Amino acid sequence: MRRDVAVIGGGPAGLAAAIGARERGAHHVLVIERAEELGGILPQCIHNGFGVEVFGEDLTGPTYAQRYIDRASELGVEALLDTTVLEVSGWRRITATNRRNGILEIEAGAIVLAMGCRERPRGTLGIPGTRPAGVYTAGTAQRLVNMEGYMPGERFVILGSGDIGMIMARRLTFEGARVERVLEIQPFLSGLMRNYVQCLQDFDIPLQLSHTVVDIRGDRRVEAVVAAEVDPNWQPIPGTEELIPCDTLLLSVGLIPENEVSRQAGVELDGATGGPYVDERFQTSVPGIFAAGNVVHVYDLVDDVSHAGDIAGASAAEFALGRREEPTRRVRLRAGENIRYIAPQVLDPEGLRRGAQRLQMRVRRPIEAPVYLRVETRRRNRRKKGEVLVRRGLRYVRPGEMVSLTLPESVCSQVREADELWVSVEERGG
Amino acid sequence: MAERRGLICITCPMGCQLDVLFDPQTGRVLEIEGHGCKRARSYAQKELTNPTRMVTTTVRVRGGMWPLVPVHTAAPIAKSAIFPLLRELRQVEVQAPVRCGQVILANGAGTGVDVLASRDLPAMDIVSLRNICVGRANVLNRGARRDR
Repeated sequence: MRRDVAVIGGGPAGLAAAIGARERGAHHVLVIERAEELGGILPQCIHNGFGVEVFGEDLTGPTYAQRYIDRASELGVEALLDTTVLEVSGWRRITATNRRNGILEIEAGAIVLAMGCRERPRGTLGIPGTRPAGVYTAGTAQRLVNMEGYMPGERFVILGSGDIGMIMARRLTFEGARVERVLEIQPFLSGLMRNYVQCLQDFDIPLQLSHTVVDIRGDRRVEAVVAAEVDPNWQPIPGTEELIPCDTLLLSVGLIPENEVSRQAGVELDGATGGPYVDERFQTSVPGIFAAGNVVHVYDLVDDVSHAGDIAGASAAEFALGRREEPTRRVRLRAGENIRYIAPQVLDPEGLRRGAQRLQMRVRRPIEAPVYLRVETRRRNRRKKGEVLVRRGLRYVRPGEMVSLTLPESVCSQVREADELWVSVEERGG
Repeated sequence: MAERRGLICITCPMGCQLDVLFDPQTGRVLEIEGHGCKRARSYAQKELTNPTRMVTTTVRVRGGMWPLVPVHTAAPIAKSAIFPLLRELRQVEVQAPVRCGQVILANGAGTGVDVLASRDLPAMDIVSLRNICVGRANVLNRGARRDR
């Protein structure tokens, strides 16, 4: 089959991309989704806090998804459910499979990659101990409790203070379980403060920073974990071990963009984000292949994911309809002092003529004091001094909270002259 | 004597750290610092006198695509009403199909606040399931089956 735009993944990024592509004139837009229904992770995120930016309302995850699903249906977006993409070629040919059609070949005018991310599993942590039942990632437990109707245990320890972990601590408490402890290896919270307040503090669930699990005990089933304090290099401090009896350990220790299909298509990946390099229109290194959402980098808020999906979908429609202007020049964005990564990684200076461009980034370490976020130009000819384009004051920066910065249209001419843009955090008055 | 308390505003994802000066007798907020917008003041005022929370959970469904449907309170309710409401909802069972926004429980735990369905939940009947889920006629592989 042939489609103008094919979107891989029917979560928030994919739905927004499909809608964006239809709204910008792509006729035949197809979403390919591996699960039995659209919505991605949202149907299992039954808590509220979604949509404050996009809809100006505080919605639950399923409701937020429902709005996009309804809109996609209205616009005549097609969906292939229960369908797995096996391969994407650099020439925009998709091979997919499902039970009904066997193998499907789809020729796409443009593709949007929207596969989201996966949870970091136990194997990547190197926790010693036995291999009993009762170790789950937080998202798996969330699906069991919120959609399938199973309680994975009665007495929990949660490793990692990511948002899903904290939200699950509250959820499990609601369902009658006891959450003994939330442990975080870093000296700071990795999720949002509001989740600390309404998920842990409200229910007196203790959080221990600079602590991790050093041993899992139990033969057939988890019987206890051993927690210990860690030093600044994350090494357990001898003598601080504590045995915490429990029957289940949840891991909320990070998310990894899912890019197996992208790699096959020859899309170049950024080691810092784990996702494709993208330009300000979310095109990857392969022309006609766009990417949006957690497949590019892991976001904090679904509203921002939808926004990215919309741009990617619109760009994909432009490409498929032959309306995209290919950039004449590409300026690289570089992560400077205390910036872990930045997206997009590439900017077309002419893009700034069309409007202000939003940059999103994460810092390496927290600074709980006013700082400046600074964007400056650099030339390959080092003797030419760079110019500071934007300087934005922030009251603090934290790795758990993504930072956005807008490059105004007015800097277009300076960006045209530059070879690279460096973004860095500068301590105020320091 | 005024008292000082640190609060974290949960109105939006910013999570502003508030430093609140209040009258411990009445709970009235006198002064507030650290806020990024004006919503912090009403949050702090409420938090000191009558803290409320949105409650989200699930209720059982008969004949649905999933055995549970997610639900939420139509407005925040008093923190003290959370567990009574959860106990009440444990007794509730609805019949699929469920529509997003449908009232699942009126006046939950006597708070005056209704509990609403957070999504459409189609009946197990697969054809209609596909129609509702993905919207009318545009699912290409209708009839794909769940293994459950």
